[in-house]
Amino acid sequence: MTDIDERYEALADRVRDAAARGRALTIRGGGTKAFYGRRPAEDADVLDLRELRGVVAYEPTELVVTVRTGTPLAEVEALLAEQGQRLPFEPPHFGDGATIGGAVAAGLSGPRRPWGGAVRDALLGVRIVNGRGEALKFGGQVMKNVAGYDVSRLMAGSLGTLGVLLEVSLKVTPRAPLEITLVHELDEAEAIERLAGWSHHALAMTGTCHHDGRLYLRVCGGERALEAARRAIGGDLMPQAEGFWSDLREQRHAFFAGEPPLWRLSLPPATPPLGLGTTLHEWVGAQRWLRTDATAETIHETTRRTGGHATLFRGHDGTGEAFAPLPDALAALHRRVKQAMDPQGIFNRGRMYGWL
Amino acid sequence: MQAVPEPHEGSDTRTVSAAERAALIAALRSVLPRDALLTEPEELRSYECDGLSMFRKAPLLVVLPHDVAQAQAVLRICRERRVPVVARGAGTGLSGGALPLDNGALLGLARFDRILDVDARNRTARVQPGVRNLAISEAVASLGLYYAPDPSSQIACSIGGNVAENSGGVHCLKYGLTVHNVLAVKLLTMDGELLTLGSQGLDAPGYDLLALVTGSEGLLGVIVEITVKLMPKPERAQVLMASFDDVETAGNAVAAIIGAGIIPAGLEMMDNPSIRAAEDFVHAGYPVEAAAILLCELDGSNEDVSEQVMQVRELLRASGATEVRTAQDEAERLRFWAGRKAAFPAVGRIAADYYCMDGTIPRRHLGRVLTRIAELGAEHGLRVANVFHAGDGNLHPLILYDASHAGELERAEALGARILELCVEVGGTITGEHGVGVEKIDQMCVQFAAPELAQFHALKHAFDPDGLLNPGKAVPTLHRCAEFGAMHVHHGELRFPDLPRF
Ligand SMILES: Cc1cc2nc3c(=O)[nH]c(=O)nc-3n(C[C@H](O)[C@H](O)[C@H](O)COP(=O)(O)OP(=O)(O)OC[C@H]3O[C@@H](n4cnc5c(N)ncnc54)[C@H](O)[C@@H]3O)c2cc1C
Repeated sequence: MTDIDERYEALADRVRDAAARGRALTIRGGGTKAFYGRRPAEDADVLDLRELRGVVAYEPTELVVTVRTGTPLAEVEALLAEQGQRLPFEPPHFGDGATIGGAVAAGLSGPRRPWGGAVRDALLGVRIVNGRGEALKFGGQVMKNVAGYDVSRLMAGSLGTLGVLLEVSLKVTPRAPLEITLVHELDEAEAIERLAGWSHHALAMTGTCHHDGRLYLRVCGGERALEAARRAIGGDLMPQAEGFWSDLREQRHAFFAGEPPLWRLSLPPATPPLGLGTTLHEWVGAQRWLRTDATAETIHETTRRTGGHATLFRGHDGTGEAFAPLPDALAALHRRVKQAMDPQGIFNRGRMYGWL
Repeated sequence: MQAVPEPHEGSDTRTVSAAERAALIAALRSVLPRDALLTEPEELRSYECDGLSMFRKAPLLVVLPHDVAQAQAVLRICRERRVPVVARGAGTGLSGGALPLDNGALLGLARFDRILDVDARNRTARVQPGVRNLAISEAVASLGLYYAPDPSSQIACSIGGNVAENSGGVHCLKYGLTVHNVLAVKLLTMDGELLTLGSQGLDAPGYDLLALVTGSEGLLGVIVEITVKLMPKPERAQVLMASFDDVETAGNAVAAIIGAGIIPAGLEMMDNPSIRAAEDFVHAGYPVEAAAILLCELDGSNEDVSEQVMQVRELLRASGATEVRTAQDEAERLRFWAGRKAAFPAVGRIAADYYCMDGTIPRRHLGRVLTRIAELGAEHGLRVANVFHAGDGNLHPLILYDASHAGELERAEALGARILELCVEVGGTITGEHGVGVEKIDQMCVQFAAPELAQFHALKHAFDPDGLLNPGKAVPTLHRCAEFGAMHVHHGELRFPDLPRF
């Protein structure tokens, strides 16, 4: 047994022990996304994964990286950047010390998401410890794999409620040769209209943002392709736009500095303005950040009618529900899936829903 | 005809008596119109197998509901009577996923064949599961849109079957598999409950059950509606064909292209037997003397495609290609692809029978694995033709055999099993896109350890506690693995302490 296998075994032992005693465990990485979702059960032991670091395998021509989950996200990104590659989902860090495991468990993606895919889209394989304290491996390091149920993708965004992530294998992509950002003065409704039109044409977009009468559009390609895109789209070229997009991803943009609460709406992109409050749009309109005094019921009801859903993202005390309520039958299935992975219900109790 | 693997324990090793069958038929008659229930032996015959025709079995009966309410009623009746249910799309599956059970109902979704809604502004389409894959792209072509995953069987296979198998295609290297192109499904559970998984946005609250259900081979629920993502057609697509003197050099060229930061829309390889068969069949203009060809499609903006074509041509030459041709026009581009897309039937013309394998390996082992496959073929006295998705390392060795020669089918199966085990040995998987079905159920014991299989069964139990949906497929029982004898060795010890049954 190698050192790392022993570490995994030791973790599995701790889980088995907690399960035997029915003791809740809070899984912790960098703690940068502790605000997201609900506050887990108070009387829990903390399972800190920050010691579990290191790159297990990285072969740039395979477009896959396998890392231990306590590895700092910044370290993974730097390693990929050296080879001209990146994580396709451009995850937010939300502070120093964010880990790759936390990024996968939170399942949050950045501006590139509509084109590059979400965390789950890039997640090819995992090693986990389930609630029975068994170290298991699902998926792998290859792009295509349909052997068995896709437990790997189930783990993305499950907020640590289904198991302890030990290793993740992620698909990576080459960085675009060049990117530019074009800015247009447009109101919300016009911006939605324009974006619907542009998305219909195979423009190589990699980010959009609309706020306060301005639409920002990031496009990538070779030099000549970008010239052609500028002719097609028009607008003013934004100098040094990289900082703008990272501020947006990290929610350092002025919009996010205001008073809580902050809602995240996930909608069909061309949904007309909802008129619920002040908004900032990303993802061609499919992700909208909202500041409002409207009640949770109104927000959930309005978004549900569009075919989307809403999350109370920031500015709550972690005791109420953060995510959209699920229909009864789906909630019951969630309980059974949780039970299948974590029969004693020890992992991150109450982190996703109070009842889960 | 082959012995069918034992069904899932618990649901249905039991036989259904004539009286029980008669009562079941009466109950189904009361909820279904006449044309939705088939019970006569000659009617059942056309449902005996899917695309893996070496396994055959007549179902107890066939139901062909017209709508969700009828499908719901069928499931409730079967659930009450503990009758297993096997869903079937177009029956093109290559792993026996839709193989019927003689004590179970076959639930055909052929009549769920409507495109319900096309939302051009949001670039989505809401379709029923029986809609053919290609029919979606055809329906939205006038809008300049298409549905990206394009299995070679796309003229026939159903979108419901695609979701159930997480099917891929030639263009999945750049545009993803089915799982990347589906936003939501409506799923009927075995107790007839209708659930919506996913949303009309890019994500949904709660667990990603949409991902879990995609590729679950009809074991977790019956998919009755799908919202797919539509893509704008690229401004331009161009295809290059490169010839190589040996397969290994071609394999290395694949890594060179990807390593240079280019993600082609498709990157496919064919070896000499496949090249010859395809050329004879469709006259695609392939070089019949080459040991291997690579087809590399680049798409995107006019300018980017022009630049990348030059770059890839250089990369191919530098990697040792003996000839690189660029399709001169759209007609030639389509001809190049026609040879590739017709490769399976083309190989079908040069051998009495062929058996299509589907392992995936890390790309860097392509050359080594192809060489080893040829050796294994020789050891088994069988020829193997290779035509596959080189860009994502998804191999399709086609084992040529003649079932009328005693022992050849068994040798073909043995060779197939060895090839899959080879894929696992180099860090790959036993199935990239065709699914496990009944075909690869024993190799699942090689790829997964007992607690992993037990975890799969526990998840199945969460959806279908009585184990009535497609029992005996996709995930072997621990008992079966113990008998198969190829138990996965984990940390140097065997982990079959007490063989729990699910
Ligand atoms: C010549 C040829 C070429 C092929 N090329 C490719 C290829 O390039 N890529 C690829 O991925 N596959 C390929 N295939 C395999 C096959 O076409 C795919 O697996 C396809 O998705 C199966 O669709 P189907 O409608 O025929 O499903 P079926 O064969 O009817 O069923 C397949 C499985 O899905 C389940 N199922 C079907 N419909 C539903 C539903 N509505 N709800 C729940 N479960 C359901 C069935 O129970 C079964 O387990 C090829 C097959 C052939 C014959």
